[in-house]
Amino acid sequence: MSTTSNSMTFNIRIWRQKNAQTPGKLVEYKLDGISPDMSFLEMLDQLNERLYAKGEEPVAFDHDCREGICGMCSLNVNGIPHGPDSQVTICQTHMRIFKDGQTITIEPWRSTAFPVIKDCVVNRSAFDRIIQAGGFVSVNTGGTPDANALPISKEIADLAMDAAACIGCGACVAACKNSSALLFVSAKASQLNLLPQGKAEKDRRVLKMVETMDAEGFGACTNTNSCEAVCPKGIPVTFIAQLNRDYAWAMLKGAAAEPKATVGGA
Amino acid sequence: MSLDSKSPAGPIAQKWDKHRFDMKLVNPANKRKYSVIVVGSGLAGGAAAASLAELGYNVSCFCFQDSPRRAHSIAAQGGINAAKNYQNDGDSVYRLFYDTIKGGDFRAREANVYRLAQVSAEIIDQCVAQGVPFAREYGGTLSNRSFGGAQVSRTFYARGQTGQQLLLGAYSALSRQIGLGKVKMYNRSEMLDLVVIDGQAKGIIVRDLVTGKITRHSADAVVLGTGGYSNVYYLSTNAQMCNVTAAWRAARKGAYFANPCFTQIHPTCIPVHGDHQSKLTLMSESLRNDGRVWVPKKKEDCGKKPSEIAEADRDYYLERKYPSFGNLAPRDISSRSAKEVCDEGRGVGPGGRGVYLDFADSIKRLGLKAIQDRYGNLFQMYEKITGENAYEQPMRIYPALHYTMGGLWVDYNLMSNLPGLFVIGEANFSDHGANRLGASALMQGLADGYFVLPYTIGNYLAQQKEKAPSTDHPEFVKAEQEVHDRLNKLMSIKGKRSPNSFHHELGHLMWENVGMARNEKGLKEALAKIPQIREEFWKNLNVLGDKEDLNNALERAGRVADFLEFAELLTLDALERKESCGGHFREEYQMPDGEAKRDDENFAYVAAWEFKGVGQAPVLHKEPLNYEEVHMSTRSYK
Ligand SMILES: Cc1cc2nc3c(=O)[nH]c(=O)nc-3n(C[C@H](O)[C@H](O)[C@H](O)COP(=O)(O)OP(=O)(O)OC[C@H]3O[C@@H](n4cnc5c(N)ncnc54)[C@H](O)[C@@H]3O)c2cc1C
Ligand code: SF4
Ligand code: FES
Repeated sequence: MSTTSNSMTFNIRIWRQKNAQTPGKLVEYKLDGISPDMSFLEMLDQLNERLYAKGEEPVAFDHDCREGICGMCSLNVNGIPHGPDSQVTICQTHMRIFKDGQTITIEPWRSTAFPVIKDCVVNRSAFDRIIQAGGFVSVNTGGTPDANALPISKEIADLAMDAAACIGCGACVAACKNSSALLFVSAKASQLNLLPQGKAEKDRRVLKMVETMDAEGFGACTNTNSCEAVCPKGIPVTFIAQLNRDYAWAMLKGAAAEPKATVGGA
Repeated sequence: MSLDSKSPAGPIAQKWDKHRFDMKLVNPANKRKYSVIVVGSGLAGGAAAASLAELGYNVSCFCFQDSPRRAHSIAAQGGINAAKNYQNDGDSVYRLFYDTIKGGDFRAREANVYRLAQVSAEIIDQCVAQGVPFAREYGGTLSNRSFGGAQVSRTFYARGQTGQQLLLGAYSALSRQIGLGKVKMYNRSEMLDLVVIDGQAKGIIVRDLVTGKITRHSADAVVLGTGGYSNVYYLSTNAQMCNVTAAWRAARKGAYFANPCFTQIHPTCIPVHGDHQSKLTLMSESLRNDGRVWVPKKKEDCGKKPSEIAEADRDYYLERKYPSFGNLAPRDISSRSAKEVCDEGRGVGPGGRGVYLDFADSIKRLGLKAIQDRYGNLFQMYEKITGENAYEQPMRIYPALHYTMGGLWVDYNLMSNLPGLFVIGEANFSDHGANRLGASALMQGLADGYFVLPYTIGNYLAQQKEKAPSTDHPEFVKAEQEVHDRLNKLMSIKGKRSPNSFHHELGHLMWENVGMARNEKGLKEALAKIPQIREEFWKNLNVLGDKEDLNNALERAGRVADFLEFAELLTLDALERKESCGGHFREEYQMPDGEAKRDDENFAYVAAWEFKGVGQAPVLHKEPLNYEEVHMSTRSYK
């Protein structure tokens, strides 16, 4: 590729790990000819094309939509999940925010609950299992009442939507020194608990979700708020406070599950 | 041979009810004895897998992402249509049906479309019951907006993230069934072949994308909800991993591929800015409700800042050409008009491939706050990508490949010509004809998955005497061997080029020759070149890494190999359809004023192609289209 006047050069240090069994390490590559208009993942595409040309295996990383909505991309860039640009995923980050000549360190999410599969790809299926435990309204297809039969105030609908905006990326876990998943769990639980449709099984939902979260090896919340700081969708920690209230209430009512969860206050 | 759609007889409004009554039912106690494979966890596949499990069937569901929640449906922004008539503005099932038939330029099947309009209202009820946070009014009722091509407000939305919220609704229903042990979910798993036994679809061959392990899966029926094929053009608004493999593998096993040339170009995407680009980003079409599209009247003004171009020197070409629809003219018309003005040299931005979408008037009329409320996240997205603030200067937009109306042929029951193979969502061809209306794909995916397939599949299963075959059946062994052989072949070429480079080359050719405007010469040229790229691919491909490992390059190589076969069929279909209709515009067939010239006498049929081998001419089967309800008229949006 030709190096144009506004092309940038970077020193890329990126995590290479053959598979879950083999230990990994940071490997350094020099990369020139990067346009400031490229997205971060397009920069990695370039890196991979160059590696290809040298006969070196390209770096594996997760991605799909490349517009910040699928939650697939999951890179820790210079120590920050989703990198330095605020309130966006790494796939929406553009190279113009980096300095020409800069060293960029790229690693996978770090959390015992998200084991590395290869290079920068991790296994986040623990999130799915939390949803399977209670992140739903128990309603079958068909026979539901007319949608307007249940008025919901705009404020509540908007707040539920704020919570529902979570893309399940796991950056909150990766940013937390305790690997807590509470921001993710509280977002889903709050969305459903806020809405009248979800109220009927609210207690059961929070108990089940929190129980599964603990069983999956996520840590406790100690209110450092680092999750909120990296969340690409701006999910606020106030939902954690809401979950804590809902959880305390459910425990008080002594619903089914064992009280072994450790939810921090907020 | 002419194909039978199996549309039920009788008045259109009663067909579906009557059909539901006529269909055989599976006894509730027997449902657990039947197994169904659902490939895909998008709106169509996710909704189907959840609903089938709720009914009691044994379901296995597959997706290639790391979680079913990440299917491409998640990216839909604008909204979902439903004939609720909540706004009391004259909407009805019949009007939605009529609009969809007309919008599809009379190339869709009436009976299917009517059913789609009928079940649309139930979809909204279902989603609300699941906790989908649709936008609401202060009084607590659901909010609606009007969307490209519609004169009523029937579109429901959840900010600019409607697809995400609908998919998360389906995902929650699916998750509940996974938790209950009724659905076995296979993430990071790719279907690489369909297994057909005695002419019936009975299973699939799957590669575990993490371990590379190949497995056989048998069932009483196979459902494909595997999405569309826009990525045959390399650059599109689709997610990176969207591909045609599942559908194409089924086509190779005998399922007919219908109307592959019906592709949709979306008018409001962020223009291409460089060669390295990996995808194009869509700006929701809802922006056209409040944005005005224009280019300078004079070429000389194109280099100027938009604020320096006087009102009198601007050409609001959609308002000028289509006074009654204006900026809301259907997608194909808006897209082609943009190409036209850019071809005239009046385009703006890099390479002159862009037009303005201007919000200044709306901001003046409604206030900045209102525009921020409606489109805040879209404006933010635009700024992140382009570095420009669209509240202060107009957006630049250009059309891009977005959706594919073509797909595997299905009958009224959503079953392909291969018994036991059902196809739902964007992967089938049935409801949108030659052009899809905005906010109707989400509706169709969920209609198919929640409210149509769960009934029609029961009718098929109830008539099956034999149970799902053993995976030791010779056809399974053979299909697995073929998959191994193909992967080995891809790994062993050891040439010089990456899979991506071939995809890029193919996509460029498709966009230039088989894109927004097509002609015989260009199509023939593409038909000559595609086999050459394919040949080079099988000679000079290089796949690094291991087969028994996570290997993105190998995945990509397999998908590109299928695109390279499928592209030829798409192009051939475009060449054979000697008319212009909907998203298919043939330059030779246009009215003196540049409008599409449809040829109902010769082309009012569905073209369903039967695969006969790579490099061999496919066989065309026609399903004649009869319009009993809506009189075939020339689409006019003037
Ligand atoms: C940017 C964008 C915005 C859009 N906005 C709107 C809108 O506002 N309104 C509207 O109505 N429509 C919209 N659409 C169109 C709509 O989103 C899609 O048509 C629809 O979501 C497709 O759903 P689906 O379930 O058919 O397929 P998808 O959501 O594409 O799902 C396909 C599934 O199949 C799986 N799969 C595919 N192949 C294989 C294989 N070989 N093996 C295993 N699994 C496989 C995938 O993993 C995935 O789970 C938009 C589309 C785009 C691109
Ligand atoms: S809460 Fe934010 S950071 Fe955590 S998974 Fe959701 S979107 Fe990602
Ligand atoms: S790739 Fe989808 S959110 Fe980044």
